[in-house]
Amino acid sequence: MRISNPFSTTAGIILAGALIGVAAITLQQLGNPANMGICVACFERDVAGGLGLHRAAIVQYLRPEIAGLVLGACLMALISGEFKPRGGSSPLVRFILGMIAAIGALVFLGCPWRAVLRLAGGDGNALFGMAGLIVGIGIGTLFFRRGYTLGRSAPQNPASGWILPVLMLGLLGLYLFFPQIQGQPQSGPIFYSTSGPGSMHAPFWASLGIAMVIGALAQRSRFCTMGAFRDLILFRYSHLFLGLLAMLLAALAANLVVGGFHPGFAGQPVAHTESLWNFLGMTTAGLAFALAGGCPGRQLFMAGEGDSDAAIFVLGMLTGAAMAHNLGTASSAAGIGVYGAQATIIGLVICLVIGFMHSRKSAC
Amino acid sequence: MQTIDTRGLSCPQPVLMVHPHLGDDDALDVLVDSEASQENVSRAAIKRGWTVTPCQCEGYVRLELRKNGAR
Repeated sequence: MRISNPFSTTAGIILAGALIGVAAITLQQLGNPANMGICVACFERDVAGGLGLHRAAIVQYLRPEIAGLVLGACLMALISGEFKPRGGSSPLVRFILGMIAAIGALVFLGCPWRAVLRLAGGDGNALFGMAGLIVGIGIGTLFFRRGYTLGRSAPQNPASGWILPVLMLGLLGLYLFFPQIQGQPQSGPIFYSTSGPGSMHAPFWASLGIAMVIGALAQRSRFCTMGAFRDLILFRYSHLFLGLLAMLLAALAANLVVGGFHPGFAGQPVAHTESLWNFLGMTTAGLAFALAGGCPGRQLFMAGEGDSDAAIFVLGMLTGAAMAHNLGTASSAAGIGVYGAQATIIGLVICLVIGFMHSRKSAC
Repeated sequence: MQTIDTRGLSCPQPVLMVHPHLGDDDALDVLVDSEASQENVSRAAIKRGWTVTPCQCEGYVRLELRKNGAR
């Protein structure tokens, strides 16, 4: 068989992973928070804050990276003929999974991409997060072995496929129409952090441009941090895992070059040391990613291809991220939120119920 | 010959459906409707010594999986 897509090869996925790793450290050098060059969960949380969906003043910024990842994937999908509006595979379940994924990830303080970047920056707490992610995905593979499915999607009207890309263009429009005013927490209806992680960001065009390149590469290579572990556990296939490994090693190498590797547990940037909850937060998030069929980054790329099921997951994450701050479930450098533990457990239980209910062996 | 219809299903389900048959020698056709599924199923089959021939149909691709050396 001829493989017409060079990025679907082993070399292609390694190249994509390595470039994402280097791009993330570059974004940190350009102003993004430490060990958070690119984090889908954190940046969706910041976008939610920028729109005023939550009022945690230190994490409000319309991160252009989120729009860039979707639009880069969208452009590449259009060029390669892969833009196919589709959807209808248990959308409400996917919305809930997205919410739980964001809530779990914000207990750990990061999506799988940030777990990789935290490890590459020497943050030992990320070991617990990564272990939780693997366990969560491992539980997901048990459901897949039991015949878990959210059902088939079907082709949809082009308008459905365009909704999320157009929403992302709208976010960029809001950013440009209401630009940040130095030292001001608000510009028109848009909120901007004046301190904390939300105030730390690379220049707009660098964020957008780099994220679009990542989106395009990831769309073609199918880079997925959840799939990396899922395929390894389920089939012993290492293809996607090599991409994740390349991202880790490239980010680590880039950190060593720029002096960004600081091994330890205490005092790591935007991180806490409550190991149990770092582990369980990512267990919950990992299971949600597995049941939804992709890590937060992959969901953005699929949404860019016109997949409205993935788009609904993204909107679920945006909502969950906002709720995490409104309801006090999100962690901070001081530790987990007031209701972080309860939210993690409730989220895990809901994921398990979803898993059992959608497994053929448990259906009547 | 068996046909497995994976259209509308997202990963890992197409590979999961095909995987149990890759240990056999019987010819297998797999219907896929996304390039990602086509790549994943093809990669899995080639790894196990199968030849994969994609045939373009209206709105989907039929992957003809044949075991190398088998009829």
